[in-house]
Amino acid sequence: MFESLTEKLQQAFQKLRGKGKLTAADVDVALREVRLALLEADVNYKVVRDFVARIREQAVGEEVMQSLTPAQQVIKIVHTELIHLLGDRPVTLSFAPNPPTIILLAGLQGSGKTTTAAKLAKLYKQRGHSPLLVAADVYRPAARKQLQILGDQIGVAVYTEEGQDAPGITARAVGEARRSGHDLVIVDTAGRLHVDEELMAELERMKNAVHPHAILLVVDAMTGQDAVNLATAFHDRVGVAGIILTKLDSDARGGAALSLRAVTGRPVMFVGTGEKLDGLEPFYPDRMASRLLGMGDILTLIDRAQARVSAEKAAEMERKLRQAQLTLDDFLDQLEQVRSMGPLGDILSMLPGMNKLGLKNLEVDERSLAHVEAIVRSMTREERQNPAIIDASRRRRIARGSGTSVQDVNRLLKQYEETRKLLRQFAAKGARGRGFKLPF
Amino acid sequence: MGESFLARLNRGLARARAGLGERLANLLQGHPAVDDEFFDDLEELLIQSDLGMNLSATLVDELRAYAKKERRASGEEITRRLESRLTELLDGQSHALQLAPQGVSVILLAGVNGSGKTTTAGKLAWRFTQAGRRVIMCAADTFRAAAIDQLVIWGERVGAQVVHHQEGADPAAVVFDAVSAALARKADVLIVDTAGRLHTKSNLMQELAKVTRVIGKGIPGAPHETLLVVDATTGMNGLEQARIFQEATGVTGLVLTKLDGTARGGIVVTISHSLHIPVKLIGVGEQVDDLQDFDAGAFVSAILRPH
Ligand SMILES: Nc1nc2c(ncn2[C@@H]2O[C@H](COP(=O)(O)OP(=O)(O)OP(=O)(O)O)[C@@H](O)[C@H]2O)c(=O)[nH]1
Ligand SMILES: [Mg+2]
Repeated sequence: MFESLTEKLQQAFQKLRGKGKLTAADVDVALREVRLALLEADVNYKVVRDFVARIREQAVGEEVMQSLTPAQQVIKIVHTELIHLLGDRPVTLSFAPNPPTIILLAGLQGSGKTTTAAKLAKLYKQRGHSPLLVAADVYRPAARKQLQILGDQIGVAVYTEEGQDAPGITARAVGEARRSGHDLVIVDTAGRLHVDEELMAELERMKNAVHPHAILLVVDAMTGQDAVNLATAFHDRVGVAGIILTKLDSDARGGAALSLRAVTGRPVMFVGTGEKLDGLEPFYPDRMASRLLGMGDILTLIDRAQARVSAEKAAEMERKLRQAQLTLDDFLDQLEQVRSMGPLGDILSMLPGMNKLGLKNLEVDERSLAHVEAIVRSMTREERQNPAIIDASRRRRIARGSGTSVQDVNRLLKQYEETRKLLRQFAAKGARGRGFKLPF
Repeated sequence: MGESFLARLNRGLARARAGLGERLANLLQGHPAVDDEFFDDLEELLIQSDLGMNLSATLVDELRAYAKKERRASGEEITRRLESRLTELLDGQSHALQLAPQGVSVILLAGVNGSGKTTTAGKLAWRFTQAGRRVIMCAADTFRAAAIDQLVIWGERVGAQVVHHQEGADPAAVVFDAVSAALARKADVLIVDTAGRLHTKSNLMQELAKVTRVIGKGIPGAPHETLLVVDATTGMNGLEQARIFQEATGVTGLVLTKLDGTARGGIVVTISHSLHIPVKLIGVGEQVDDLQDFDAGAFVSAILRPH
């Protein structure tokens, strides 16, 4: 897909090698790449233009021009400025001195408000708060039921009412929160277009009905140039305290984050990274800057590995590995743990320098991983626990069931057998002294 | 420093929103100067409509070359040339829905989360029931909470039967039942609503491929249409979405939703011309009749002559 900006700049400056000193025109050539990278990442056109102008002021300075590594210098300036524009430090919700703290989620249709409401509730419940979810999307069919189901899943109360009086429902929900001692009210509102006067007026009425402590704008990370229009409209109308960027588990570069922050001056607070209800993470300006530039995001990867693989599971796995008792079930388990961190291509693209390998390879890998998964899933429980019993006719059945070939099944079983052998050798050594770590 | 930058930017943006269409209109009227600024404005207009940097630059370069050759070309002429180029890029294939010559026509809706699949399913069903066709909808989104209820409500609204299982059921199994029901009840159209899925999740893409295979086994030649539902606000990522969905299921057309907002949906130009997938329908609201046939000419002038 996209080459990383780093590589492009490297190339741009490579051409200038041997020319002696850099000129302002040379820097402009490089800045054109910067501009392209940002536009390809969906940063708004105007935001890019002003941003690049600002970078230029610094980049034509003595330091860069005289430097032996001008590409690095420019990248550094761009990176630093991006982080700065994205807000420098993570910002999170602040709670009201007098509970309940009321939070209203707003945004376009389909941006992910309902799921985000439940994720937020789950996050704050885990931190010891007592949230109440409010179903104030009174238009979309079954929106209330959706929130109700999610609330049940995470054990959080949901306030619902029939009828279309969203401001009234919200006000009564806040009353209910007071009575039953909830310290956090999270209101899910209907998706609305910023040019829909009627619905924007409704949002204003909801605001006036309960005076929320924060209205959070929920925006899809895949949004293109329109991000500035919608953000400006929502912000001008009701005042936005912060932004939640959803669906960041897509491969979108997420330039909307920069545009949103630029036009509202408000911080991105959280990012959504999956359909599961724990897929909400704090927003880190530095990591986002790296993502925008295609520079890799190793920090997020480490965080995810730590969050997704429970200590218990890791210990259990380590025990099995030591005793070389790895079954195909464990094999699958490991695979799933890696995959739960995100799509393989996504994970690898967070590693700096990975782009050089080209995305074609990554796709192949992802597919063969999926093959492995399909094959193991087509085995019976017994076969997974004791692969020795898998004879030729079983292999044929497994291949048919998983939509692969017998060769694929053979290959997997062979790999598994080799892994086990290796483990046995390891285990023998491990028993004598140091343990060994899981691959991640 | 940060504040003044933001303030400046905001002023700039406000001006841009108010002025871009106007400036272009001015340039077109009377002002003979087809200069750099004119071309920059054109490029900006295209980029802001999400056509993407590469395509926008290529198109504008073409126009620059044309203007150089035809020294007397006016701004209006150049704009018309751009209009016809864009229309050409969109118009490679038929925009009409392909239906089965006889028997059940199957239309499969797919796309990323929240793009408007279920709503489009409802609107499409309405279109057919209004024309006196017997329609069955299939709730193959068994994943998202209350997705089944959402489609069932749409079914009641538009007068279509809905075949569904429980939440968490195997989508391929629901689809299998829906195909059997459509055949048994002699339905004219079967509309399959699938779960939203990011193209980056390969297991979900395989699930979609499987659903497509199940349909094809039940009814040879089906699905007759596999429509990728794309939100008009989608940025550059849309191309990758389309590419991967096409690989998984063989997308036959695009539905561009939410065009009633301010986003112009220019990404479909890039998708259409690089992957040869025609845009078939557009969504312009949340009501049953807010679904229209795609008209390339009208779409292009909405991009180039904004008001
Ligand atoms: N304004 C407007 N809203 C639309 C349009 N199409 C769909 N919507 C709204 O967008 C939201 C999401 O639509 P759905 O049809 O539920 O989207 P989906 O793709 O089925 O979503 P998931 O199944 O959750 O992935 C709903 O609030 C719809 O009413 C459109 O053309 N214009
Ligand atoms: Mg749906």
